[in-house]
Amino acid sequence: MTAKIAYDEVEVGTELPAQSFPVTRATLVQYAGASGDFNPIHWNEKFAVEVGLPDVIAHGMFTMAEAIRVVTDWAGDPAAVVEYGVRFTKPVVVPNDDQGALIEVSAKVAAKLDDRKVRVDITAMSAGQKVLGMSRAVVELA
Amino acid sequence: MALDQSFVGRTYPPTAAYEVGREKIREFAEAIGDANPAFTDTEAAKALGHSDVIAPPTFVFAITFKAAGAVIEDPQLGLDYSRVVHGDQKFAYTRPVRAGDRLSVTSTIEAIKSLAGNDILDIRGEVHDASGEHVVTAWTKLVSRAPEGA
Repeated sequence: MTAKIAYDEVEVGTELPAQSFPVTRATLVQYAGASGDFNPIHWNEKFAVEVGLPDVIAHGMFTMAEAIRVVTDWAGDPAAVVEYGVRFTKPVVVPNDDQGALIEVSAKVAAKLDDRKVRVDITAMSAGQKVLGMSRAVVELA
Repeated sequence: MALDQSFVGRTYPPTAAYEVGREKIREFAEAIGDANPAFTDTEAAKALGHSDVIAPPTFVFAITFKAAGAVIEDPQLGLDYSRVVHGDQKFAYTRPVRAGDRLSVTSTIEAIKSLAGNDILDIRGEVHDASGEHVVTAWTKLVSRAPEGA
């Protein structure tokens, strides 16, 4: 494990570089194949509406995968993430158009822990709504 | 219908080993659009101190969720999967998942709660490699929504 960020260089409140991740229907089909999650709410509009959703929604695990990229890109080594948890609070609704949806992710150091670890709190928004709650990672720094 | 509390603490037998393939890791990294070379380039992974390419942090969910199927589909438990949504997800890593790993999952029901007609099920999946060493633990909270009008 070789994080490129030094524990001594960060403080509580240090912001990680924010990123935005576009997601279209094509993204969801590709993620379904790679992850093995073929639940039709993630690609079949008719089915999604029938079960009470506004439209096709992104896999929660896709959103979780995107959100941690802000942390792994910052730390350099993805293995620096020793804990990661989220609550799925709102779905990311993905319309069938060229734009799709956007997942906007920001994060900051919320606490400095023992053993060169920090807790990073992550915020993920889509269409003005918070799509993840209690989204936290513990990261081991250099 | 509320789930049977006596299932709390029940542990299911370890799954047959899942072999982590480097091309499966690449496919997953491409699907999430993550170009970090640690996922696809052995030399880049080695430069970070890993013996082979590693998987993105959430990759292992595909393995633990498949294992959780033993719980979800347990006819004795009687969960209505058609009404299930994913509530929370958490991982704690001892080390990253790597290409070539042969991983086995042991699932345990940690908690069963009933809240406003919703059944809430907490499943813990302990992931071990072929030598029996711990790799990662995954906690999955599933919520089975109350039927309309219930």
